[in-house]
Parts: sequence; structure tokens; C-alpha cells
Amino acid sequence: MYKDQIGNKSNKVKNIVERGMLKKFAESIGDPHPIFINEEYGKQTRYGQNIAPPTFPRVFDYGDIEGLYLPNIGLIHGEQIYHYERPLFVGEEVYCYTELMDYYEKEGNNGLLGFVILKRYGEDLEGKTIFTESQTVIISETVRKELIR
Amino acid sequence: MSSLVELKQNEALEEITLEPVSRIDLIKYAGASGDFNPIHTIDDEAKNAGLPGIIAHGMWTMGNLSKLFTPYLEEAFIQDYQIRFSGMVFLEDVITLKAVLQDSSETFLHFKVAAVNQKGEDVIKGNVTLNLYI
Repeated sequence: MYKDQIGNKSNKVKNIVERGMLKKFAESIGDPHPIFINEEYGKQTRYGQNIAPPTFPRVFDYGDIEGLYLPNIGLIHGEQIYHYERPLFVGEEVYCYTELMDYYEKEGNNGLLGFVILKRYGEDLEGKTIFTESQTVIISETVRKELIR
Repeated sequence: MSSLVELKQNEALEEITLEPVSRIDLIKYAGASGDFNPIHTIDDEAKNAGLPGIIAHGMWTMGNLSKLFTPYLEEAFIQDYQIRFSGMVFLEDVITLKAVLQDSSETFLHFKVAAVNQKGEDVIKGNVTLNLYI
């Protein structure tokens, strides 16, 4: 179903690690530590500035892979992997895109499941990777049948 | 809070038990993350999707879990954070966050991490690797 789209990528989208957004995000996960949200505190740290919690890249826009449709309902989030070369800094620009890495199907307890592997990238202005994020999305049999109809 | 380098193999970081999961927690996370999938906030939508009730965003739980490491972010940064979503989190569930040191070298600390509900079931579990500043 998604097999012919493996390897397809979205265009890069410029994102900013926005201070207000980061504060809201840190509070929403119950982690409003000053290393994330207090500017003065951030200056005193080894980073000399505030950093972002590791799951913050969730808020970024990674663009859309042309022709890739994933329904909003009926998807199961199976696995999530972050890899960082260094922490993200408040205020910096991050260039993000997404790639369809793989698609396969497996027989589960409730029928044939579809597995979509998406990889997302966050790069600096020079194109150096700051982080990558891999996500496994599982499509249930019911939704899978809807999609191929 | 002692230093990370003093941690021994199989030693755990101090656990955190969260307040019972509330609707407002999930509404806040939806707003902050931009994930407005209605199964996390609207009862009828969750029921239509075949769920017994609204469930927490997996990424909300994963976001919470990383705070075990926040006090140490000046000693190390989180290089790898891998999670498998193994169970659902419902309203009023009481989630406990855990991390145990598995293995370490001069540069890396490998932790096994989990979020466990009030029944003792893992709702998410995985691994965290910290890269130490030396």
C-alpha cells in the first residue's frame, strides 16, 4: 500500500525553537525545570542558554511527503526513537523534513497489520544533523481495509 | 540528588509518581504539542474508535518520563531515547516513572526506563543513553 512511497521525502521546513512554545510544552509534560524555561538560569549553565526537553521536536513542522496519506484515527503509535548529536537550544533555527523509511505488513492477533516507519530529521543551517526521530505507526486491519478500498 | 558518575549498575534513579491523569493534562498537551487527535480529549471520539474512554497521548507519557533525567542535564545530555508503547493510559490512572542503570562506560550511561500504571503494568518502556560531559 505504501511500498511504492518508500524513500520519499518532504521538503525541508524551517522551524524555530520558540521560547513561549517551549515553556508551554515543558509545563504540559510536568517538567518546567529552569534549565528549559528560565533565561537567567540558562545563562549560568554549561550551555550558556536554555535547552529543550528531548521530546520537544514533536511540535515541529516536518512538511508533507507528496501523496502520503495517514488517517488521523485508527493508527497505533508503536515505537518512538530519538537520537541527538547535541541538545536543542532555545531560539535556534532547525530545518526539518520527514522520510518514509519502510512499510511492511505482519499478521497480528487482530488480523493483518500495516507498519509505517517514518524518520524525521532536524538539521542546523549548515545541514548538520542535530537530531533524528524514528516513528513506527501501526495501521489496524479495519483502517487498512478502508484505505485500500 | 547525587552525581551520575556515582551511580552503580542496577541502581535506580529516584522514582516519580504522577498525579492521577486528568482531562486538563491531555488538553494542555494537545495544545502544546499540536497533536489534536480527538481520541485524547473527546469521549465520544474515543468510543467511536473502539476505546473504553479517552487515552493519553503516548508522547505525553514519553515526555513525562524524560524528567527523571532533567536534574542531570548539566552532567550529560540525552543522546538516545527509545520507547515502545505497550499499554494505554486512561483518565485517573496513576503513573510511576522509573529508570535503572544497566551499564556504563567512561562516556555513556545506559538506562532501562519504564512508566508503570497503578496495576503494575508497563505502559511504555525502553532505553535511554546519556552522553557524559567529560
